[in-house]
Amino acid sequence: MNSVILQIASKYLRILFLMFAIIALLRGHNQPGGGFIGGLLAALYIVFNTLAFTSKQIKDRLKVSPEAYMGVGLLCVLLSFLPSVLSGAPLMQGVWVSYSISDFEVIKLGTPLLFDLGVFIAVMGVTLMFLFTLSTHK
Amino acid sequence: MILVLILYLLLAFALFLIPKKVSKYTPVFIALVQLLVFGLFLSFLPDIQNGKTISSLVEWMPRLGLNLEFTLDGLSMVSVLLITFIGFLVFIYANTYMSSYQGTTRFYFYLLLFSASMLGLVLSSNFIQMFIFWELTSILSFLLISFFNENEQARKAAFQSLFVTGLGGLCLLVAIILIGSIVGSYSLTDWIDKAELIKNDGKYLPILLLVLAGVFTKSAQFPFHFWLLGAMQAPTPVSAYLHSATMVKAGIFLLARLYPILGGTQEWINIITPVGAITMLIGAYLAITQIDIKQIFAYTTISALGILVVLFGISTELSIKAAFVFLFVHAFYKASLFMLAGYFVKLTGSRIINSYGGILRKNLLGLIIVAVALLSMAGIPPMFGFIGKELIYEAKFEAPWLSSLLLILGILTNVLMVAVSLLVLFKLYLGEAKFDLGVATKKYKLLLVSPGILAVLSLGLGLFPDTLSGIIEPALSYIYSGEAVIKLKLWHGFNTILLLSALTMLLGIFLFALTYKNKRLIKGWQRMNVRLFSINFNRSFSKGLSSFIKISAKNTHFIQHGYIRYYLTTIIVFSSLLLLFQLYITRGWEINTNFSLQPYYISGVVCIITFSSLISVFSKDGLFTITAMAVTGYGISLIYLYYSAVDLAITQIIVETLMVVMFVLVLRKLPRFIVVSSRATKIRDGIIALTFGLIMAMLALKALNVDIHPSIADFLVENSYTKAHGKNVVNVILVDFRALDTLGEVTVLVIAALGVFTLLNVKKVRK
Repeated sequence: MNSVILQIASKYLRILFLMFAIIALLRGHNQPGGGFIGGLLAALYIVFNTLAFTSKQIKDRLKVSPEAYMGVGLLCVLLSFLPSVLSGAPLMQGVWVSYSISDFEVIKLGTPLLFDLGVFIAVMGVTLMFLFTLSTHK
Repeated sequence: MILVLILYLLLAFALFLIPKKVSKYTPVFIALVQLLVFGLFLSFLPDIQNGKTISSLVEWMPRLGLNLEFTLDGLSMVSVLLITFIGFLVFIYANTYMSSYQGTTRFYFYLLLFSASMLGLVLSSNFIQMFIFWELTSILSFLLISFFNENEQARKAAFQSLFVTGLGGLCLLVAIILIGSIVGSYSLTDWIDKAELIKNDGKYLPILLLVLAGVFTKSAQFPFHFWLLGAMQAPTPVSAYLHSATMVKAGIFLLARLYPILGGTQEWINIITPVGAITMLIGAYLAITQIDIKQIFAYTTISALGILVVLFGISTELSIKAAFVFLFVHAFYKASLFMLAGYFVKLTGSRIINSYGGILRKNLLGLIIVAVALLSMAGIPPMFGFIGKELIYEAKFEAPWLSSLLLILGILTNVLMVAVSLLVLFKLYLGEAKFDLGVATKKYKLLLVSPGILAVLSLGLGLFPDTLSGIIEPALSYIYSGEAVIKLKLWHGFNTILLLSALTMLLGIFLFALTYKNKRLIKGWQRMNVRLFSINFNRSFSKGLSSFIKISAKNTHFIQHGYIRYYLTTIIVFSSLLLLFQLYITRGWEINTNFSLQPYYISGVVCIITFSSLISVFSKDGLFTITAMAVTGYGISLIYLYYSAVDLAITQIIVETLMVVMFVLVLRKLPRFIVVSSRATKIRDGIIALTFGLIMAMLALKALNVDIHPSIADFLVENSYTKAHGKNVVNVILVDFRALDTLGEVTVLVIAALGVFTLLNVKKVRK
């Protein structure tokens, strides 16, 4: 499709979409959201782009290939198991670190976030893979 | 011990990093490493002689009995010394032998890995771990036999050896698991402790048979001997190392290893002894009419392996002792003979022994080495082989079962061995010289180094045999768990055994005189043998294999027909049946019928879902179908939302949106909507689909009715925040409680994506 409106819109929607996806990822542990949803949202943005441009243009503009996303995602997932093993805990047990920014607010970071990030990246890669193979296949 | 194995492994991989310039010296370097390891293990000998065992253990999965366990005891000592020492000689030999071939790095890589896995095999005291090394030796044997991989014969032989030894390996694995289930552990010490338990178990006979299947295939016993003949396609250093001195002895080693556990019973004696006896006789008998020098030595190797098996079958202290002595005897002379065979092949470019006339006329050193090795094989004093043969006669003489028959067979075998040795020796020395070998002899002079060392050993140990007692005694005490004292002597005094030896020699010389130069007799004999042994094991094996492949191809075509609609039908029908069965066996047909009225807007959504799914089924336009399906999906997500499954609802909406896009992309490629299936098929598919849907509905209703106690949901909700620091239970389950599941799911997704990618691109290539 070659719609000027969509093309211009996609430029401005980019930040919105990606912020949305990342927020979904970060809030996932306490509120609805998470890596799977975030990854799908990010992929959705690219799908939206392919509607505006041709998928070949998008593929060229995307600096990282879907395969690489999938690999990096799985790697993140596996890396998130590393801290628990190194600290001698059973494999896949969450390891948490907390920072207090003020008296009331505490930021807790844990390996599940890394795990979720891996899921995010992998799911995005998988969706893009589907999209690109289906749309470029002749 | 683990460190030694790791050293070998690292060294093997480091071979590929060695620059071309210095790679000439790598085999010598590896040989020195082998010698070093030999020395290292030798330094443990005093400890072992004092009855100690050195073991190390690395726990891996102790609950499953899977540990890395290594033990250096008397038995493994003997094997380790042989493996490293022969390994040292073989690498020195290979340095010259292989220099003219391509891909030597690969060769040394395999050979070094083989050394390592052989060491691992003999040092393992956990049987699962030992099995892994056992299989590794088979695989490396496969790789080494097929080293000249442009040669079809070599490839075939390699496959054959892999199949035969692999089959035996599988049997062995079953046996190990069976014993493991009786004992409850895979550790050697536990097995020895509970030997009585195993011997009295009802499964003893099947276990023994399975173990023996492993042993007999590995050690090339009749009727599995044929793979060893094919294995002669390998480069000669491999034949000398794997197929005479070490790998084929792994079966014998296993017999020795399992002797305290399974050995000595009536079944053990009655099965092993005859098989070994047949093998030793047939091997020696068929050796005499061969004309290919490597085949001659292969047949005599088979015969020697038969002798070893018989000795373990007889199961007296004397026979085991004889077996260990003969193990050394055979390793020394046969490795030497194979190396010499390679030397002759290099000199003349031929493997046919009749063309070697007078090859050693002007080569005194070569002649002496060959003579020592052959006389040792013939068991003529003062060679080490003589002592081995005397002990074997003595053991058979005093065997509790069938001793006279065994003795007669043994004498026959040795008569044949004497004749073969003399035939080979005289064919090499006499006859007119057909080649001018001056240059070649000089070029390949270094090939005589290793056989020379072995010849010195064969002769030296013949004169001073007692030096070896110190090594054999601990091995014997492993088997008979007590003090063992051995006195090896060259001269036993005048007795029956000596008389028998003399008789053997005379008969052997007579047989040799009869056959030497009498070409017609040999030819006739060959023809007779072909008739007599009309079963060509080699050919029937390949026939069996090809028919097996045909059957499995048919089978595969039947199951994997390639029609996705029938795959789906099969999957759905079978899962419906299974689900129905499961529904029935959990509390009969009782389901939850406790329905309650829901608000009108939910009913409205349900109506929309039903209506749109009906449209999607009956619509004749692709785009319309997709849209209707999307409406169904969105409706379902509304229901999720109402019953407060927010995460599910979000996911459903996004996935549904993506699906529409994807479907549209696919739809562009498809032809316009056409009617593919007939009315009858449609009805059939409809019935299947409806049934499946009904069953799923029943499942959902049933699930409400069957309360699995205690419910895991409560636990998850309780611990979600306290232990996993998350308020969103769904997400906590995904990333923490059930992280393994998620890992699996993500991996499956990735694989599916790769599958789509390859499937669609394969089609592109075909066009």
